[in-house]
Amino acid sequence: MRIYVLVWVLLLLLLGITVSAAYIPLGKLNPVLAVGIAATKAALIAAYFMHLRSTARLIWIVATAGVVWLAIMFTLTAGDYFMRGYLPKPTVWQQR
Amino acid sequence: MEARAHQFEDAEQQQDAATLGMWVFLTTEVLFFGALLLGYSVYRRAFPSTFGEASRHLDIVLGTVNTAVLLCSSLTMAFGVYQAQQGNNRALVRYLLLTMFLGSLFLGIKFYEYYEKYSEGLLPGSAFVWHGSDTAHASIFFLFYFILTGMHALHMIVGVCLLLVLAIRGRLGRFSASYYTPLEMGGLYWHFVDIVWVFLFPLLYLVDRSS
Amino acid sequence: MSTEQPTWFTREHYLNASFGWRSWLLTTDHKRVALLYLMTITVFFFLGGAFATMIRLELLTPAGDLFQAETYNKLFSMHGIIMVFFFLIPSIPAVLGNFLVPMMIGARDLAFPKLNLLSWYLFVAGGVFVLWSIVAGGVDTGWTFYTPYSSMFSNTNVVLAILGIFIAGFSSILTGLNFIVTIHKMRAPGMTWFRLPLFIWAHYATAVIMVLGTPVIAITLALVALERVWGVGIFDPALGGDPLLFQHLFWFYSHPAVYIMILPGMGVVSELVTTHARKRIFGYSFVAFSSIAIAVISFLVWGHHMFVSGQSQFANLMFSLLSFLVAIPSAVKVFNWTATLYRGSISFSAPMLYAMGFIGLFTMGGLTGLFLAAIAVDIHVHDTYFVVAHFHYIMVGGTIMAYLGGIHNWWPKLTGRMYPETWARVAAVIVFAGFNLTFFPQFILGYLGMPRRYHAYAEEFQVLNVMSTAGASILALGYLLPFVYLIWSLKYGPEAGTNPWEAKGLEWQTLSPPPTENFEEMPEVSEAAYNYGSPSPSI
Repeated sequence: MRIYVLVWVLLLLLLGITVSAAYIPLGKLNPVLAVGIAATKAALIAAYFMHLRSTARLIWIVATAGVVWLAIMFTLTAGDYFMRGYLPKPTVWQQR
Repeated sequence: MEARAHQFEDAEQQQDAATLGMWVFLTTEVLFFGALLLGYSVYRRAFPSTFGEASRHLDIVLGTVNTAVLLCSSLTMAFGVYQAQQGNNRALVRYLLLTMFLGSLFLGIKFYEYYEKYSEGLLPGSAFVWHGSDTAHASIFFLFYFILTGMHALHMIVGVCLLLVLAIRGRLGRFSASYYTPLEMGGLYWHFVDIVWVFLFPLLYLVDRSS
Repeated sequence: MSTEQPTWFTREHYLNASFGWRSWLLTTDHKRVALLYLMTITVFFFLGGAFATMIRLELLTPAGDLFQAETYNKLFSMHGIIMVFFFLIPSIPAVLGNFLVPMMIGARDLAFPKLNLLSWYLFVAGGVFVLWSIVAGGVDTGWTFYTPYSSMFSNTNVVLAILGIFIAGFSSILTGLNFIVTIHKMRAPGMTWFRLPLFIWAHYATAVIMVLGTPVIAITLALVALERVWGVGIFDPALGGDPLLFQHLFWFYSHPAVYIMILPGMGVVSELVTTHARKRIFGYSFVAFSSIAIAVISFLVWGHHMFVSGQSQFANLMFSLLSFLVAIPSAVKVFNWTATLYRGSISFSAPMLYAMGFIGLFTMGGLTGLFLAAIAVDIHVHDTYFVVAHFHYIMVGGTIMAYLGGIHNWWPKLTGRMYPETWARVAAVIVFAGFNLTFFPQFILGYLGMPRRYHAYAEEFQVLNVMSTAGASILALGYLLPFVYLIWSLKYGPEAGTNPWEAKGLEWQTLSPPPTENFEEMPEVSEAAYNYGSPSPSI
């Protein structure tokens, strides 16, 4: 029972930090911090409220699989969007 | 007491199967929302200042309050499942009702926000009104705002209905310290919907607030 | 037969345990759900085949004289949508998988029998919407729904078709979820992971793909529908959108989807080859792990559908390399099946003929996939008949042959009847011959430059197109034959015994047709899979 309250307090604290940090100009770090804090909150909710800490390893694998697959989707798509214009087209094509 | 379904050998296998099944389902939801977030990320990276400007039109007070409301509802849900483990049916039902109330409060605030946006002319489509530059991409921001939070709200509505069913069954004495699997599963679903909002809030409301 | 043997009519089994509409439409017995799926997908198969027939008829002549261009666009779109989403993706998993997964692991049913029934209803509901879209005039976007045509310009029933696919997608997700939980949690005592039939490994891998990939296409198509209905510009460049985003999201599912279509076929082939050569599989763990490897790597290659769409050169290189990698586990399987056949006691039954056909044709399809993975080649053959031939070799020469082989192999178990072997062999050969005549010329056509999705073509391509259409008519005959004699066998086929192939595997240890609870006594497993007498080096 007590651990739930502790986690809840932590979550509200992190909420406060997220919102206040948003008003501090940190450039590229802002979204990183925001998502990082969100991930921490998610991990807390999963570990304690969703009892992941006391569940079988198989469930851990299932829980992380979704995140890993999301990472695959984001990373490989980034390979397109982030890398446009980096590799030169073959000169043969440029002749068109 | 719930009878063991015929395909299972024992209650433990049934509980294990239910837990695994629910987590697999939640994984599908991760991919479902994740695909939307990919789309959102692509456009946010491409048009950062427009998205920042658009994001500042969102009501940060209501958004923060809503996040807090959901976090509280997760606490009450966790308490509810704990009471179920102890076999305290009346406390269980009370916590379920409290969670439902908080969930409904979230939805109420959300729909009020929608109404606000609608009256500001920020509903994407032919009625979209934008006073800044780059109308097209601002429209895309609000598109993702409405789709992402709308999908989330849909899941919340399902969640509240689920809790209602569980509360009724709890009231009818269907759960005990030895059988509370549906409550555990309901809890998993509720917490997951909370986790989705935990990500949506900073991604939508906190873009470039420092400007 | 001895008089103590209970006959088909007097013994109780899953088919005669109860009668009437409600006992079938409200069943939770996985075997009955499998048959419900069988009937539904057969309808869709012939509907998709009807569209294919019309396509091939148009392509008999170079001029676009049978159908208008707009109509032709609808023909190939409906053919693709029906065959992909309403035949190939469900086929083996929903029919053979639903029936056999619990039996092969020694369980009474799947983990969630009611979800199983729900998945069939969702499938039918999705099908109804797609049928409605056909009746209302069809869609002309191609099964790939590329934007902005599908979201902005097409005047056809895109939203209806998308609704159908969206709903059917949930059917797929539920099936996958059910399989994953069942295989993890309901194996009989002694049935360890490495004693599982490879059919189960294949369906497990398929289920993982279904669960991880399908939600993405659901939301992607939903966005297209929203764009049409709402008039907003998610994928419309004029309104700030990015069409390439659609392609990324679409292919993120649709590439793994093709592995949803082939992996179960590979699982079937592992069973057919061992049963009908009476030999242990060569390299069990290699085949098992290759299924998992295919499931994982399949999610890393989707960009090879987009080599000429405008994605970055870097992405092109990355996806090309990864696409070469994905061929490796498939090749591993082909080597292992071949090694299994070597010095096996091969019986040229219909299932074995289909399995052999699969191995050869899948290899050709797979190798031509490597051609396409090489960017330099793909630049030239993208959007030509080379691609069409490639995927039909895999989907038809691979999946459909495996499906038919599986239906024949397990027909005695499903129905308690044997099919007529000679007719079945003849049909298998006709299918093989018809298939090759239909699709091999298409490799050449594509290489020579004939574009796909065109209803008119240059004069010099006519001979090959006529060959292709001729082959299609033979193929059609090959498909009609089993439809006829399998139904015939239900009444007139000889009663099959418990184990007509004398195969290993738990499903063969129980009666044909099985009792509703699958086994009279729940089995306990103490031996490895495929424990046939002939020694074979096992890895």
